[in-house]
Amino acid sequence: MDAILLQLLNGLDKGSAYALIALGLTLIFGTLGVVNFAHGALFMIGAFVAVTLSKLMEISKVVIDPTKVDFLGNPAKIKTPYVTEWFGSFGDWMIDYTIPIAVLLSIPIMILIGVIMERGLIRLFYNRPHADQILVTFGLAIVLQEIIKIFFGSEAISVSVPAAFAGPVDVGAFLGLDFSIFYPAWRLVYIAFSIVVLGAVFAFLRFTTFGMVVRAGMADRETVGLLGININKRFTIMFGVAAAVAGLAGAMYAGVNKPVFHMGMDFLVLSFVVVVVGGMGSLPGAVAAGFLLGILEALASMPLIKDAIASIGLPSIDQIIIYLVAVIVLLVRPRGLMGKAGVMED
Amino acid sequence: MKDRLTLLLFAAVVLAAPLLFAPTGAAYPDLLQRFAIYGIFAIGFNILFGLTGYLSFGHAAFLGVGSYAAMWMFKLLTMNIIPALLLSVIVAGLFSLLIGYVSLRRSGIYFSILTLAFAQMSYNLAYSVLTPLTNGETGLQLRLDDPRILDGASEAGTLPSTNLFGFDMKEVFWNPNILGYDLQFNWGYYVCAVLLILSFWISIRIFRSPFGLMLRAIKTNQTRLNYTGVNSRPYTLAAFVISGMFAGLAGGLLATMDPLAGAERMQWTVGGEVVLMVVLGGSGTLIGPVLGAVFIRYFNSVLSQINEQTLHGWFSFGPDWLTNGLVVIVEPFVGKGWELTLGALFMIVVIFLPGGLVDGARRIGRTLTGANRRAAKAEAA
Repeated sequence: MDAILLQLLNGLDKGSAYALIALGLTLIFGTLGVVNFAHGALFMIGAFVAVTLSKLMEISKVVIDPTKVDFLGNPAKIKTPYVTEWFGSFGDWMIDYTIPIAVLLSIPIMILIGVIMERGLIRLFYNRPHADQILVTFGLAIVLQEIIKIFFGSEAISVSVPAAFAGPVDVGAFLGLDFSIFYPAWRLVYIAFSIVVLGAVFAFLRFTTFGMVVRAGMADRETVGLLGININKRFTIMFGVAAAVAGLAGAMYAGVNKPVFHMGMDFLVLSFVVVVVGGMGSLPGAVAAGFLLGILEALASMPLIKDAIASIGLPSIDQIIIYLVAVIVLLVRPRGLMGKAGVMED
Repeated sequence: MKDRLTLLLFAAVVLAAPLLFAPTGAAYPDLLQRFAIYGIFAIGFNILFGLTGYLSFGHAAFLGVGSYAAMWMFKLLTMNIIPALLLSVIVAGLFSLLIGYVSLRRSGIYFSILTLAFAQMSYNLAYSVLTPLTNGETGLQLRLDDPRILDGASEAGTLPSTNLFGFDMKEVFWNPNILGYDLQFNWGYYVCAVLLILSFWISIRIFRSPFGLMLRAIKTNQTRLNYTGVNSRPYTLAAFVISGMFAGLAGGLLATMDPLAGAERMQWTVGGEVVLMVVLGGSGTLIGPVLGAVFIRYFNSVLSQINEQTLHGWFSFGPDWLTNGLVVIVEPFVGKGWELTLGALFMIVVIFLPGGLVDGARRIGRTLTGANRRAAKAEAA
């Protein structure tokens, strides 16, 4: 039981990253009809916003204290980060909470990057074949990834999470169970955060006038345009929102795994699979499929299930279950789990 | 007639490559061999993408499978490359038949994503479940205690090298000094070169055949083709399998060059690289893919070797501040950053020159000969 619950948490954890990236991909595809191969790169840039911020926070003033010596006998150097010097204990708090601050910062940065991307590049590709859109965004993904590599090197860089969430917590006790499950606190925060962001995006689309117009535009772009609404401008903003969601996910993820320049590509393939399984263009589908595949992947890697599969003579499938599910879904139900009939069914 | 001329010209250039590439510093056998191998890979990919427009991101899987198949032949049967190459083509063909049958039930974006998923799946399989076949992370390597039934006992303590009926693939058979360049002609390159010319010939035949015409019709308007009563799937499947077999051949050749096969050859980014080659060179053209492959491989080896000192040497003509400024600007694009150049160049080509380098050359040629103006005049009249 506790093993299953632990894998469920692992699955939610993975799934929330998939769901956030897939949501952005779907938003872009649903509004602009563009397949964005650079979306993984946006996720990666989000993570590197956190890295940059933590590097900036660490810039310290070095004072040589002649009264003390270090173990080599040299005068001891005392480092004080500038933020601490300027803001006192509030500065310390800022260093501790680098990632949450980076998350806030990444919203405007990513919206800006998203809007520039749409206006500067994607706009040129609306009337060209899908293959060209894939190719140019694939090229962009390479360029963004390489730029990050030039600035930050090819090693993974760790960003520390706030001290309050650094250790593991006992989930079992929290849920009132009679056994204990220890799970890293930051991953729990990550799951909760993803759910909040997902909820916020859905609420934005559902309950604001802007969101209503966007949904109407997704349903029938031409008619909305004929009503005198500048739908292109709104779609551009939605591209920014999608980029921001990926960036937020990335900035938070910096505390889960060390950011590295190729993390975007690693997530990209899986996110595409998630979008396809959920149904191209369906937002709830993307989210549901994200969590579903995350949990499936976690459960398939359980020893219990591995043994069960081995006992009926099949090889272990935990490495490939996501792809297997995707292939089956595409063949049996091409529109995806929650896709609308007639959308991309060819 | 024109095709025969193209083929002859192509063959002449390929066979004389060790001489022709000497001034560019790329004339060492290893790199030339890679040119030819990736040329074959790209030619095959072009038959699928260039003709039918189906964009596959999964061709790395066939390359990897070809390498593994060749390695097993080296381990079990003989170090002669013929059985190895035959098996790698056959296995890759069967594998692509399987994947193509499933993937081609969808088109457009779905097809791309399906092939992507399959490539990643094969990569993960090679790493985990299929370890007995692929030797997992270490990769498949030659060992002294491999059976090699046909070869008999090898010299004690040394690993045998790949050969073609006794001609050692690595052996340099002619080492002349022409015009001050130290040239190296080796068997390995000529095996690859002959296969490259053969592949090019096959590609010309397919381009000019009714089959090729049908593939082009699929790219132009598949719906209309279906309405005329043609079932397009057998044609796309055939194109897919042919391109898979080319990829398998390329994978097998990579193993003959350096007898080891690892799973990283199956990663989808390798499949992405062949997409870059074909698009950069010019998809749907005969010579474009080869040009793209040579271009990318050449810059991969040359640009990535440039470091700060080389740059300082190049820009030493001006005052110090100019030299340093130029070095700072150029440095991110060379050495370890050459992939940035590649990505940027690729984007520029996709945006402004969808026909690739070949199309660019054609446009320049047309401007120079004034054919554009004549065409415009003809249209106006």
